[in-house]
Amino acid sequence: MAKNTSNKLFEGALVKEALKHSFIKLNPRIMIRNPVMFTVEIGTAVMLAVCIWILTGEKNQGSLAYNFIVFSVLFITLLFANFAEAIAEARGKAQANSLRKTREETPAKWIQAVGDIFVGEIKTVPSSQLIKGNIFLCEAGDIIPMDGEIVEGIATIDESAITGESAPVIRESGGDKSSVTGGTKVLSDRIKVKVTTEPGESFLDKMIALVEGASRQKTPNEIALTILLAGFTLVFIIVCVTLKPFGDFANTPITIAAFISLFVCLIPTTIGGLLSAIGIAGMDRALRANVITKSGKAVETAGDLDTLLLDKTGTITIGNRKATHFYAADGIDEQVFVEACVLSSLADQTPEGKSIIELANLNINMFNTNGARFIEFTAETRSSGIDMPGGLKIRKGAFDAIRNMVIRAGNPFPEEVALHVTQISSKGGTPLVVSQNNYALGVIELQDIIKPGIQERFERLRKMGVKTVMVTGDNPLTAKFIAEKAGVDDFIAEARPEDKMNYIKKEQQGGKLVAMMGDGTNDAPALAQADVGVAMNSGTAAAKEAGNMVDLDNDPTKLIEIVEIGKQLLMTRGTLTTFSIANDVAKYFAIVPALFITSIPALQAMNIMKLHSPESAILSAVIFNAIIIPSLIPLALKGVAYKPIGASALLRRNLLIYGFGGVVIPFIGIKLIDMLVSMWF
Amino acid sequence: MNTEIFGVMLMILLTVLLAIPLGSYIGKVYSGDRTWLDPVFAPLDRLFCKAGGINPDKEMNWKQHLLALLTINFIWFIFSMLLLMNMGWLPLNPDANPSMSADLAFNTSISFISNTNLQHYSGESGVSYLGQLVLMLFQFISAAAGMAACAVVFKAMKEKHAGKLGNFYNYFIKSCTRILLPISIVVAIILVFNGTPMTFKGKDRFISLQGDTVQVSRGPAAAMIAIKQVGTNGGGYFGANSAHPLENPNYFTNIVEDVCILLIPIAMIFALGYILKRKKFAWMIFAVMMVGFLLLLIPAVYYEMKGNPGIGKMGITQPLGSMEGKEVRFGSAASAYWGISTTVTSNGSVNAMHDSFTPLTGMFAMLGMMINSFFGGVGVGFLNFYIFIIIAVFISGLMVGRTPEFLGKKIEAKEMKIAAIIALLHPFLILAGTAIAAHLYAGNPTAYASWLNNPGNHGFSEMLYEFTSSSANNGSGFEGLGDNTAFWNISCGIVMLLARFLPIIGPVAIAGSLAAKKYVPETVGTLQTDTSTFGIMVFAVILIIAALSFFPALSLGPIAEYFSLYRS
Repeated sequence: MAKNTSNKLFEGALVKEALKHSFIKLNPRIMIRNPVMFTVEIGTAVMLAVCIWILTGEKNQGSLAYNFIVFSVLFITLLFANFAEAIAEARGKAQANSLRKTREETPAKWIQAVGDIFVGEIKTVPSSQLIKGNIFLCEAGDIIPMDGEIVEGIATIDESAITGESAPVIRESGGDKSSVTGGTKVLSDRIKVKVTTEPGESFLDKMIALVEGASRQKTPNEIALTILLAGFTLVFIIVCVTLKPFGDFANTPITIAAFISLFVCLIPTTIGGLLSAIGIAGMDRALRANVITKSGKAVETAGDLDTLLLDKTGTITIGNRKATHFYAADGIDEQVFVEACVLSSLADQTPEGKSIIELANLNINMFNTNGARFIEFTAETRSSGIDMPGGLKIRKGAFDAIRNMVIRAGNPFPEEVALHVTQISSKGGTPLVVSQNNYALGVIELQDIIKPGIQERFERLRKMGVKTVMVTGDNPLTAKFIAEKAGVDDFIAEARPEDKMNYIKKEQQGGKLVAMMGDGTNDAPALAQADVGVAMNSGTAAAKEAGNMVDLDNDPTKLIEIVEIGKQLLMTRGTLTTFSIANDVAKYFAIVPALFITSIPALQAMNIMKLHSPESAILSAVIFNAIIIPSLIPLALKGVAYKPIGASALLRRNLLIYGFGGVVIPFIGIKLIDMLVSMWF
Repeated sequence: MNTEIFGVMLMILLTVLLAIPLGSYIGKVYSGDRTWLDPVFAPLDRLFCKAGGINPDKEMNWKQHLLALLTINFIWFIFSMLLLMNMGWLPLNPDANPSMSADLAFNTSISFISNTNLQHYSGESGVSYLGQLVLMLFQFISAAAGMAACAVVFKAMKEKHAGKLGNFYNYFIKSCTRILLPISIVVAIILVFNGTPMTFKGKDRFISLQGDTVQVSRGPAAAMIAIKQVGTNGGGYFGANSAHPLENPNYFTNIVEDVCILLIPIAMIFALGYILKRKKFAWMIFAVMMVGFLLLLIPAVYYEMKGNPGIGKMGITQPLGSMEGKEVRFGSAASAYWGISTTVTSNGSVNAMHDSFTPLTGMFAMLGMMINSFFGGVGVGFLNFYIFIIIAVFISGLMVGRTPEFLGKKIEAKEMKIAAIIALLHPFLILAGTAIAAHLYAGNPTAYASWLNNPGNHGFSEMLYEFTSSSANNGSGFEGLGDNTAFWNISCGIVMLLARFLPIIGPVAIAGSLAAKKYVPETVGTLQTDTSTFGIMVFAVILIIAALSFFPALSLGPIAEYFSLYRS
């Protein structure tokens, strides 16, 4: 996790910034992007006019104090709504800025080209002067000035500034680990890096633009919801406008303040005021999870994902295979066998080799390997080992390779060893057979270690309706075993990049939305094909360009978090819409009797909340309507908690909390406010 | 148990029991499956198709469907105008009734092609027999047009891919010949045997006990009454509609006619279940509609049977309940039942004066029309409900954390736009129409004094009811309104026209657009639309959008009247 993640919702500096923007956003030209709140702004302007009208001597619109309070409450309603959006923007911006700060104005060692050739003349320039295609040099201790791709060299890099991960990573030219990120630090060696983005066009810059109002595009779902809310608003315009002739007919004068209050209370201001904040907060949550999204739509789509393609290594299993058991052949001393295993692995730098030594848990210093010759693993021999000065030859390798060797030397291959080999294979493990001077000593079992807790996460995904697919280079038998053990729904064994692509296409033909994570250039087509393609930050530029999200942590399990963030975003919209509309019931019962009570006293019976007076009823309703917006800002920013309990149960739960709650709460709230307001009105 | 209440329960039970098999039958008809009436009507259908130059197997997309619907309606409208304005001198006019004025003919023509059957005239003196027969024809074709549009939406909901949605003319002709005609024949025969006239002879006369000569209007009534009930038309043969002793002679015919009101609207829901092979979904819709219907019905029956407190205060006991404006042969409970069933569907035939209902019953009748989708008109009732389903799916789809989808199709901005427009159209037409009338009246009460029989709240209800009835394509009147004037004829005509065709175009367009979309398979994360939770959601959407929009208006009408009558 990035160091700057702050869980406090309202930080002093952010609040100040947001307050300033709340006023700036009152500009009608900005306001009109949100039709619901725009109509509130018109209502506020009308109320201001009414106040002035009363000052000039109008007597039929009620007292100045009452009208001014209505005006003030509406004005505050607007500010609250603007504040919600502004605070979400400010948080997103602050998060992005803290990432961007690390990469601003770092000195860059620019390698100037003379004509078409690079002669190695280096000029130190500020990073902002570098443009796409420039090549710069980084040596140990340098901060990498810009995002780029290594064209020459290899280096260890500390990426903790971006990812928060302290262990250094290795980046080298060519291959899939050639990408470096601005703001990270080179720890050793020297690399030449080619700039891959124009200034102001890096992913972070795009992300910042997304949370800032100006270039933010409404997502398709946000547009559809805005249309629905505009529809509601229109219905209530009709309800309120037609009330004027109705009132005339019934000889019931209705004040302008009452009309405007009824209208503002009925239109869905709660969701209208919070809608854009919810969208921004969704992207912000993604950024807090260290995922940079290239569009708001991608976050939304993540909530709909049906299928996740997950790489086995790193996602489902911890890194590489580990040795878990030593099985000595009959008649071979366990101690001798284990020592032989350790000896053969001393020079083996592969993770498997290291794990054998770990498992043996012997003091390595007791082995004297002076004059020994280490035999490297080759694809031909499919074994490695050690030749000791005393003529002892230890070999460790694939079952058939060692067996052939043993049998060729005229020695029998023990049956129980062969049995162990089959057993290990059938359990999804990898057997390594160890021999000494062409006699088989026993078998080492290597197993994939499934990440703790991963089964539960897959179970959670299954309950969300998301299918998980494991992608692995293993043979189908091993793949099947691990898939079953980890609880994934499907697997692609012996996977080549085009297999991923074909799988994605097949799923999409069935109408499903597919997400995958990838880092290599050969992953790029599949990343582009997937509905949500998450590129690892360590991946190649091509991969990052093809995906629509970039994960700064290079953590393959991030997909799971992304799905939840998407679902939270949509749920927050849905629940607050429900809440907002459900509130109308109580508001009708507060305001409608208040409108007519003076001329039709019998309608007092409809005043079921027993509100004090028409004025206090109307004021209570608009005040409740205003304060509900800031009270829900934390929910809008944090998002409604997602529980994978199945769609029907989720609907029931949310309908109960936000629908039923939305009906009941305003009855209580309005009554309480009325008790307070009735002291004056 | 109280016999009157038993009668009401019997009618509900009978209707549902008949609607379930009828629903499967209708489903078969629209799916093109074999039915037992094929041998009788298949040759007739072929004859119609051949005469009309129609190939019933030619598949249409949703736009072609709408074009066909609008074209044939336009031609009927012209035909109807010409006939009603000239029927005075045309044949089959034994009582020498006059031709209609242009504005009345405009109102009547729209009223009948839009399945509204709002009648600003009285059948005995306002139309010739030829006119009645043509209006009867419209009762078939307007009902069939609504059902055919509904069949298009059913087909579109079923389709997983592409936009081949059947042939409009095929659905239309089959709606007439396979569904409306057979049921109407059975009902008409029952009515004839119970005393309803079916003749082309002019007025009959008899001399009463007092020695007065009484003229009795008659004509080809039984046939028209059958289709008026079955096709949710409601346009009666006689001015007094089904309160007239020849139109609805006894309690038995009352049961038959009342069952007919709800029969096809309910059956259409089960037809949906048959066509989609989603019985549970159909039952969910049925349950929502039935609960809504009962919530309107039960208090209505209660208040009518309890009697009028104004009369009670005079010391008069009312063992029969509130009998003002009701027929003794039906009683208060059956009249209340009719009043609600005729307004929740867009039928609009009456067997009692809605004007004389106690205030809340009048309000529930209005609410039935304002919601207009608790069963609703044949075909169109479901189309209205479909809009609410779309809105409910959108909101609840979000609530389960997915972009909303309905039957595997994503609901996006385009569908939402149409749904929002259609959802607000109905409140707009009713409230704006009433507002104009109220504005005119309030501005100059003496000039418009002839409009309203009653001052104050009740007068307001009369105007509100008229526009509600027009916009719901219901056609019943609150009465007490002087409605045969140019203002009411033309304004109601326009309202009926818009309220008929836009709510057909909207759902067909949404369904057509959804049908063309990519199919998204269901997962456990997908919103289930056949659960009781979703049913509650739809119900809440209907209540808050459709019903509460009218709350302020209703407060000034029936609610104010209720509190004045009961609390003072």
